Amino acid sequence: MDNWSGYLGLILQGAVVTVQLTLMGSALALVMAFLAGLGRLSRFFAVRAIATAYIEFFRGTSIFVQLFWAYFVLPFMGISLTPLQAGVLALGLNVGAYGAEVVRGAIQSIGKEQYEACVALNLGRWQCMRHIILPQALLLMLPTFGNNAIELLKATAVVSLISLADMTFQAQVVRAQTGNTLIPFATILVLYFLMALCISWAVRGLERRMARGLDGVRAT
Amino acid sequence: MSAPIIEIDGITKSFGSFKVLDGLSMKVMPGEKLALIGPSGSGKTTILRILMTLERIDGGHIHVEGEQLYHVTRGDDLVPADERHLAKMRQKIGMVFQLFNLFPHKSVIDNVTLAPMLTKGVARAAAEKRAMELLDMVGMADKAKSMPSQLSGGQKQRVAIARALALSPKIMLFDEVTSALDPELVEEVLNVMRRLAEETDMTMLLVTHEMGFAHDFADRVLFFDRGRIVEEGKPDDIFRHPKQERTQTFLRKIIAAGHRV
Repeated sequence: MDNWSGYLGLILQGAVVTVQLTLMGSALALVMAFLAGLGRLSRFFAVRAIATAYIEFFRGTSIFVQLFWAYFVLPFMGISLTPLQAGVLALGLNVGAYGAEVVRGAIQSIGKEQYEACVALNLGRWQCMRHIILPQALLLMLPTFGNNAIELLKATAVVSLISLADMTFQAQVVRAQTGNTLIPFATILVLYFLMALCISWAVRGLERRMARGLDGVRAT
Repeated sequence: MSAPIIEIDGITKSFGSFKVLDGLSMKVMPGEKLALIGPSGSGKTTILRILMTLERIDGGHIHVEGEQLYHVTRGDDLVPADERHLAKMRQKIGMVFQLFNLFPHKSVIDNVTLAPMLTKGVARAAAEKRAMELLDMVGMADKAKSMPSQLSGGQKQRVAIARALALSPKIMLFDEVTSALDPELVEEVLNVMRRLAEETDMTMLLVTHEMGFAHDFADRVLFFDRGRIVEEGKPDDIFRHPKQERTQTFLRKIIAAGHRV
């Protein structure tokens, strides 16, 4: 390992890709979670059916297979994605399906009396959802969203299988070039852990900020 | 004599096999203060919830200010009302709940201003000015910036009253508004309602177990039992000289349980 700073540079380049994947994947997952979670609660059967089908399909099939579909099978249907796009798509759709159930559960846990206050104050369904239910439900979703984001971070390692140079991919490159297994894998172990720690802290901070002055939802 | 503001005609309502309202009919005149009393399960809270459109009716008709509450005419047919009609009718009616139902993530003043701003398009400044007047009236102006979690039950209920008043309803429904309060906090809420009754011409329907308050507050008392009105009349007649045996039994039990009459 005479050139170890160069190898560390490789791994850090991979870390950037991992962070990118995590951020973009989480953003897509968040959008999908709210779309499908609210969809599950829709008045319209068709919307509920589509949301349920999405959730069950993406929870029920492996993220490996979903990624391979996004990258290797979609081109046969005329949709060619870059490895990064395929990675974000598979991760976002997969984790979004789990998030959707979190959104639904949190919304349903807000008491009936809040909806009744909305009716008594003549707020519309969407006004009630947007101003009364969602702000309270969001606080309940946060801890599980934090879990999901960490799951997504760790799942980004699968993109190395479609030759996207993320942190895990680069560690394997370093291992192949140096023959040293311990150092590259120990390095990414620590880096993954630090990234997960960042997510934990960020979510906890957000939770504390949102919980200020609140009762009934959860005392903090 | 003017027309009734609320006309209820042959309302039936069941929860499963339990018949809560059994062909109930009643009229309320504009500005009238009504006390609805009776054992639990007698349908008195249900009739408030039906007026607030929180429960649907199984049969019968309700008119508010001469207009059907749950039906609209399409051509020559009377069809169930859609959400738009209900929203229009709800503007006339406000409700205060037993458990306050404040929005815990909104400050006191935001609780009061939210609905006028969202449903009537009132500008924030105007909504806040009106909210402060109302909070002042219920004695909560100094807590405008507090969160609901920082208030006592009595304070929460006074804020809830201000919140309902902010939409200037013609009819106010009070559903056991002091039942969830510690005894020493009941009076501060009752005082607010006494003032409301004296200073406004709002029509007020009150479901309560506070017989003493019902006696002072109401123009007319309705005694409910098993989904029907068993007896109605002036407070003095109902409380001092009840004619029906069921009314007598109920009042005896209430007095035995330590409620003042």
